[in-house]
Amino acid sequence: MKRIGLIVNPIAGIGGRVGLKGSDGAETLRLALELGAVPEALQRGTSSLLPLSSMGHAMELLTFPLEMGETSARDAGFTPTVIGEIRAGATTAEDTSRAARQMSALGVDLLLFAGGDGTARDIWRAVRPQFPCLGIPAGVKIHSAVYATNPRHAGELAEMFLEGRARLREAEVVDLDEDAYRAGNVSTRLYGYLSVPYRALLLQNQKAPSPASEALQTAAIGAAVVEAMQPGVLYILGPGTTTRAIARQMDVPKTLVGVDVVCDGNLVAQDVNQSQLLTMIETAPAKIVVTPIGGQGFLFGRGNQQIGPEVIRRVGRENIIVVSTSDKLNALRAQPLLVDTGSPDVDAMLAGYFTVITGFAERTVYRVAS
Amino acid sequence: MIPKKPVVYPYIPNSNPIVKREMLNAVGAKSVDELYAEIPESIRLKRKLDLPEPFLSEASLVRHVESLLAKNQSTRENLSFLGAGCAQHYVPAVCDEINSRGEFLTAYAGEPYEDHGRFQSLFEYESMMAEMLNMDVVNVPVYDGGQATSTALRMAGRITGRKLALLPATTAPDKLSQIRDYVRPDVHVELVAFDPATGLMDLDALGRQINVQTAAVFIENPSYLGFLETQASEIGTVAHEHGSLFVVGVDPISLGVISPPVEYGGDIACGDIQSLGIHMNYGGGHAGFIATRDEEAFVAQFPSRLFGVATTSVEGEYGFGDVAYERTSFAVREEGKEWVGTAAALWGITAGVYLALMGPQGMVEIGRGIMQRTRYAMQRLAGLPDVRVPFANTPHFKEFVVDFNRTSKTVTEINRALHERGIFGGSDLSREFPALGQCGLYCVTETHTQADIGRLVSAIQEVLA
Amino acid sequence: MKPGVTGKQRPPRPVAKKPTLRRFHQARWDEPVIFELSVAGQRGVLPPEPESAIIEAVGDPAGDLPEGLRRKSAPALPELSQLHVLRHYARMSQENLGVDLNIDIGQGTCTMKYSPKVNDQLARSPKLSELHPLQPVSSVQGILEVMCRLEGILKEISGMERVTLQPGAGSSAIYCNISMIRAYHEAHGDGQYRDEVITTIFSHPSNAAAAKVAGYKVITLYPNADGYPDVDALASAVSERTAALLITNPEDTGIFNPRIEEFVRIVHEAGGLCSYDQANANGILGITRARDAGFDVCHFNLHKTFSTPHGCGGPGAGACGVTGEIVPFLPTPTVEFDGASYYLDFNRPQSIGKIRPGYGVAQNLLRAYAWVMSLGADGLREVAETAVLNNNYLLTRVLEIRGVSAPYAKGKRRIEQVRYSWERLANDTGVHTEEIGFRAADFGTHYWTSHHPFVVPEPMTLEPTESYSKEDLDEYVAILKHIAEEAYADPETVHSAPHNSTVHKTDQESFDDPDAWAVTWRAYRRKVLRDT
Repeated sequence: MKRIGLIVNPIAGIGGRVGLKGSDGAETLRLALELGAVPEALQRGTSSLLPLSSMGHAMELLTFPLEMGETSARDAGFTPTVIGEIRAGATTAEDTSRAARQMSALGVDLLLFAGGDGTARDIWRAVRPQFPCLGIPAGVKIHSAVYATNPRHAGELAEMFLEGRARLREAEVVDLDEDAYRAGNVSTRLYGYLSVPYRALLLQNQKAPSPASEALQTAAIGAAVVEAMQPGVLYILGPGTTTRAIARQMDVPKTLVGVDVVCDGNLVAQDVNQSQLLTMIETAPAKIVVTPIGGQGFLFGRGNQQIGPEVIRRVGRENIIVVSTSDKLNALRAQPLLVDTGSPDVDAMLAGYFTVITGFAERTVYRVAS
Repeated sequence: MIPKKPVVYPYIPNSNPIVKREMLNAVGAKSVDELYAEIPESIRLKRKLDLPEPFLSEASLVRHVESLLAKNQSTRENLSFLGAGCAQHYVPAVCDEINSRGEFLTAYAGEPYEDHGRFQSLFEYESMMAEMLNMDVVNVPVYDGGQATSTALRMAGRITGRKLALLPATTAPDKLSQIRDYVRPDVHVELVAFDPATGLMDLDALGRQINVQTAAVFIENPSYLGFLETQASEIGTVAHEHGSLFVVGVDPISLGVISPPVEYGGDIACGDIQSLGIHMNYGGGHAGFIATRDEEAFVAQFPSRLFGVATTSVEGEYGFGDVAYERTSFAVREEGKEWVGTAAALWGITAGVYLALMGPQGMVEIGRGIMQRTRYAMQRLAGLPDVRVPFANTPHFKEFVVDFNRTSKTVTEINRALHERGIFGGSDLSREFPALGQCGLYCVTETHTQADIGRLVSAIQEVLA
Repeated sequence: MKPGVTGKQRPPRPVAKKPTLRRFHQARWDEPVIFELSVAGQRGVLPPEPESAIIEAVGDPAGDLPEGLRRKSAPALPELSQLHVLRHYARMSQENLGVDLNIDIGQGTCTMKYSPKVNDQLARSPKLSELHPLQPVSSVQGILEVMCRLEGILKEISGMERVTLQPGAGSSAIYCNISMIRAYHEAHGDGQYRDEVITTIFSHPSNAAAAKVAGYKVITLYPNADGYPDVDALASAVSERTAALLITNPEDTGIFNPRIEEFVRIVHEAGGLCSYDQANANGILGITRARDAGFDVCHFNLHKTFSTPHGCGGPGAGACGVTGEIVPFLPTPTVEFDGASYYLDFNRPQSIGKIRPGYGVAQNLLRAYAWVMSLGADGLREVAETAVLNNNYLLTRVLEIRGVSAPYAKGKRRIEQVRYSWERLANDTGVHTEEIGFRAADFGTHYWTSHHPFVVPEPMTLEPTESYSKEDLDEYVAILKHIAEEAYADPETVHSAPHNSTVHKTDQESFDDPDAWAVTWRAYRRKVLRDT
């Protein structure tokens, strides 16, 4: 008997349709409801469950009461097991986290959640590491890579995962600082990773071997970077699962969401900020190793702002090593990688073509735009 | 003069001008030339291809091609003792019947639903080869035995993480050339000397050459020169003591009477299936196999397809598909994606038909009979004055070396004279193995009768006199 | 009234017209695996016994084998009588399609054209099938002449100086090209510095794969928004480390890259060589040539463009064309003519050696030769033009179907194939491209999606070639249209397809589970049936 957990953040995305950005914060919520906004997350929760109805009695659906999942479940034709308590009409981020914590403790096979970046962060805070989760998109602008492309796709992926036909990979939880955003300042943080199912290959009649798993690809990339490392050079490793694989190859710890510096096979600084980096690169030659963060393909400016424009300028474009799995690049659908360092000059310097390491002996040349 | 009417080609249904016009209208083009708009003028060929005049009628085509083929003399018109990795065995009629059926002949890469027959017949080929080899994993065929050996050595490199392969010095130079070219980025090949009296591998030399960098020790059993490596078990032990894999190349038609490699420590078995119901086709009849134990570490390293059996949504139905299709095959540093391409699937199906027709008793009988005829031919030739059969004390299967050094003639001269008598003598080893001098490699199969062998012996006697 | 006929007269009743979509059902024999048909003691064919004189002279060498080499028990092959082997395989052949039976335009990039039966018959002549590669050259003048003539034909088609016919098939030919390129750079002293090969994501994956096997680092170019490989990305990727550019044109999307000469020039300026994968050559025979675009080496798939049958996955045959500079590196031997007779030239010191036993897949070389000789220059032109017309006609008709699109090259003509996308239908209905392909099996056909990775989402790649009639193309479109409509109206039927095929939906889980997978019947019995 498989068990799925469902958590709906009823206020996710509520501002979007009425022209407000994001929905966190009680003030925005009040404004949105005044403007006639309707909670869309519930309906998206329902849509996502439809592909799962074919599983019938082989599946138990656990959810929180009323607008936090029960309503969506019943609308999709399920008879859910309802756990926990809420104050109807006044749910908060804390309720999301509490629900996630309970589901994690109960050990459901997969936790589905409907919301946006904020919801992803709430879930991430609460669940144990490597706990399988999957997002049903209901937010306005989603930077986290933990979401399916649409609600139905989430349901299909969930079904495939329960039937053992999908793998798990780690995907970034990225959240926008809401207040700063509305004040006109873009600032994001990479919070961490959730384990998310992704679509395994279904095809039989291949004429070529299929690509290796993500874990093997990142390990291969790591090995390639490590092999080419030069003595006496500082390597500034940005956040990301691919850069973490580099650290693994070297057998050094890596700050999951921060920037670390290695040199001559050793860790020399952990979780540094921009001013620390500026000091360090005065003393030795340096290279930057980065990988695109989040679902939007940002190379700089989303989740790795510690590597600021001044650092980039001094290190020099030719000393930037870009790494990425080919899956991540394919997902960009021929759109360029993006940079938003905060300095238009540095952005312009970065624009153009970069060689991207995609495997041990595999490269690609990809366009970067500002 | 009669104006030439446009040809409507039998293989091109839409070359019919009426149909063409309809289709051009449908795509909104006035002429076909518009469809090539994307090709720049600078690279357009501005003249007609300068090719020979065609034979538009099927009858004239057949006449032309047959006139060319008539310039060939085959091993039907001549008594042939040629082998060297390509052998004249009898091809049962049912083998050709099955591989000429259009459903098999003209299919390609469909799904296991509409091409269920292909999957099942190749699964059955894998399964029957598995019984011959006593191993649980056999691949869908690769191009030829040389390719199979090359891939097996690279697999050994990937599995062990090492870079050296030791091969017997009796390996055919052509095969060595193919192997070296293929494995060079990841595996270095070294040859191990053989004992000139027996042909067997020099175990002392092996002991000196093997080290912690050895990924594989490879032998052929039977050797290219036809003798059986009776030290196989010891060689396997030496390999394993050093953490190397033992890779063995075999001739599958011998496995009815000769132990398969797994019985004497072989980790990877490989070879060519041309001897199993496939015509020689002037070298076009080759197909390679690789077999291993059913362990994830080995299965993960196969670059070829592996068809497996599974259930379907209906009870009792067999479905098929690719095993470990997403195999995270290759070691991180060697993502050498050896490819899966169009190789020799039809020959795999054919070999399956052959093994099914022969059955266990047939394979025992044919193996026994080939060894008897081989030994008989060796004896009779060794009986000729000045003719020696080196390595005669080692057991042989199907092929053997004949030494003419003591005669006054070269192999070239002997073979020319034999050809005049309607016989293809054994291939000339003098270029491939200069140390052997004027030696020929003779091949005897179940197609040779006592009279055939007698005729060879008399002819050589005549030629040498 | 005729005598003998009874008084009643029935009005003639016409047979009803066939429905638009045929009510196909594939043969379903529910055939066991051959081992399950085994009956102890049965014989399928008897090998000849050696004469008693031989046995008297030598005894039983097999029985005298040393312990370690003597097989102790006969291999556990199935035992069937001859008719039963034939019947089993004949039934399985009925459970297979193939160009002979189905409108096989779904295997895009495979060029599934008609393989003329006359060529099969010619290839089965004992004057070919019973030739041994080591026969004296004087005894094989016929096949050597065929090979020389075929080389001449391919030289003219490609514009190249010489052509080798040794490769086993397409990927093997690509590898041969790369091997020769590697040898060229080594001979010029910069082999170790030139360790990078550039290719594109829409080129056949064997280009990248073969380059990696040969030890190169591979740089893959992504397409720009128009679907062409990005020329600026190429300029950025090229350096003094570039050994070669490996590219297909038209690529698997069917788009011809009009800037191909520029691509070649950029690579040449950096000292690299250019290799042309002509797997998709069918639409450009006689229209444009590899040499004229500046390529140094090229290859053809004889089992694609030149009609030799695919054999369920081989044997095929490959041909590599090279410029004069690369000739010294050709595989050994080459086939030569000295004015009087044909011979094999083994004296080639700079050759890369042999890439397979023998000199090529001779029976397919004969078929390819016969095919070209039945068509001539005008015929080949007709092949190319009709293939392209068929492709564009199909494109027009397919785009009328709801939910499908043909990304890139809007409003432009395609050459040999088209890669379509079912993305819109998938978003609307939740039905994916593989499922549409499985449902097509219920109508007696199928299609192939794409190589990996799926840069085009929900892909379908169709290649009509010149062999199919307008009616065939219309029928295929009708099938796709029907399934697309079904996806919108009754998706469950498509999800659970196939229904009328040989077997039903196969359970996939065991294929990736080391404890459950079974590549052979003995493994299946051991791991799943547990009866050994």
